[in-house]
Amino acid sequence: MNPSLYWSVRRELWENRSIYIAPLVVACVSLFAFTISTIGMPQRRHATLLLDPAQQRAVIAKPYDGAAMVLILTGCIVAIFYCLDALYGERRDRSILFWKSLPVSDVTTVLSKASVPMVILPSVVFVITVITHFLMLVWSSIVLLPSGLAGTTWTRFNLFTQSLILLYGLIAIALWHAPIYAWLLLVSAWAKRAAILWALLPWLLIGLFERIAFGTSYWGAMLKERLMGFASTAFQFNGPTVDTLRGLTPGRFLTTPGLWAGLVFAAIFIAAAVRVRHGRGTNE
Amino acid sequence: MTTIEARGLRKAYGSTIALDGVDLRVDEGRIVGLIGPNGAGKSTALNAILGLIPFDGELRVLGRDPWTERNLLVRDVAFIADVAVLPRWIRVAQLLDFMGGVHPRFDRAKAEAFLAKTDIRLTSKAGQLSKGMLTQLHLALVMAIDAKLLVLDEPTLGLDILYRKAFYDALLNDYFDHSRTIVVTTHQVEEIQDVLTDFMFINRGRIVLDCSMEDFESRYSEVMVRAENTAAARELGPINERQVFGRSIFLFDRGDREKLAALGEVRTPSIADLFVAVMGKGQGGAA
Repeated sequence: MNPSLYWSVRRELWENRSIYIAPLVVACVSLFAFTISTIGMPQRRHATLLLDPAQQRAVIAKPYDGAAMVLILTGCIVAIFYCLDALYGERRDRSILFWKSLPVSDVTTVLSKASVPMVILPSVVFVITVITHFLMLVWSSIVLLPSGLAGTTWTRFNLFTQSLILLYGLIAIALWHAPIYAWLLLVSAWAKRAAILWALLPWLLIGLFERIAFGTSYWGAMLKERLMGFASTAFQFNGPTVDTLRGLTPGRFLTTPGLWAGLVFAAIFIAAAVRVRHGRGTNE
Repeated sequence: MTTIEARGLRKAYGSTIALDGVDLRVDEGRIVGLIGPNGAGKSTALNAILGLIPFDGELRVLGRDPWTERNLLVRDVAFIADVAVLPRWIRVAQLLDFMGGVHPRFDRAKAEAFLAKTDIRLTSKAGQLSKGMLTQLHLALVMAIDAKLLVLDEPTLGLDILYRKAFYDALLNDYFDHSRTIVVTTHQVEEIQDVLTDFMFINRGRIVLDCSMEDFESRYSEVMVRAENTAAARELGPINERQVFGRSIFLFDRGDREKLAALGEVRTPSIADLFVAVMGKGQGGAA
């Protein structure tokens, strides 16, 4: 790996500790809430085991799926705020003049910043979620041990399978959301102030214009598809959640035109961000 | 060897012309002061030299075009900007790690040796350091880079005199070695007069004077003229006249030293006095 890219990514982790602190805090809160929820669990488990197998699975895995969802959402929120500030903050505090005095190219810098929402945060969320799931499983086993039901969670929530599904899901989400992050990075490289307004307003205005002028909402539907479209293309849902590897549809996901169109836009936005940073000094 | 060469360097921000056809040449091993009033174009010139802004005209730094070849150029150029631009969140040890990781010419041991002479600790955060210490830290980083060109833009702005003196002492004694070139801008002209080998005055985007210190000393003379000789002094065509404690001080460009000595005490002026004389003319006599 290119040493300046490696050090630039490390630099991002030094500066933005929320990348791992926010998911850690959320994981701790989830774990704490889960331990409270296990009060009276042995009695409830007896009742749950009387249901049909699909319902058993749904009830037992619910807190695990919930923790994963919250952690994924946390990762997305951290990524959005990170991207908005990534190339804006260095101009605001003028440290860009220091970074630019070092032999690190604009391409390397922008790629290191793009890697945070695309690679670093999904990896952090993956590791923390798997550890959280494991700790939840261990705790539920301890609680259920006296009643002899310790194994009933492990069989309904297969940690290995679930981790694979999680990994696949995180990759799909990162690829699907790539143009969003790239757009935010471009705005943060370009905006002189109020980056968040520049990031959101154009999209809202186009939607508003369409609504008033034509009375339609195709634009809004497209934005919604960009936010949530990964779910219907990367997964085949059999109920509210995906619990087996059969529910993964990478072939369909990779042949969705929307994915590739998004990646093309992401590449364009990233290239534009590099160009803008090349020409930008401080906020003057 | 020529370190910096500019011909017809121009830069406009909208309708404001920051650089209006600058020609300059800086040779290897020189310490050049770029001196001018606020808004004269100093920082714009330095930004162009550092490849931070696009420009019109011709500019080569170490034989490269700074705008298109910035990535290669920055290996050989070190830079301290006019304000403390070290990020506030970073720790000193992290800075050293990062510099060592990305800069092929950075000697970490050298930086640590310099820092050991200061009160700065490796665990300190940049945001916790005083302005003087931040400048020391930045200087320690820059001096540990084996650069061919060092650019300093108001490096000692806002520092007290002890820090300012220590800054230039360290630069001259521990860093400068005649194969390097230093370009410095500052308002405190008096303090760097002994440091410089050359200086340039810049005003309204143009170089109005470009002079080596040797030329400066042989070319300009300042005469403290006795009262009865002021009329005679004026006839010799001084470039400036001012009153200090009731006595007239005339500044001459290429004056005849023998004639001048007859008028009063002759000495080499300070760059600051020459600056006031040259710039004052351009601004309708107001100095």
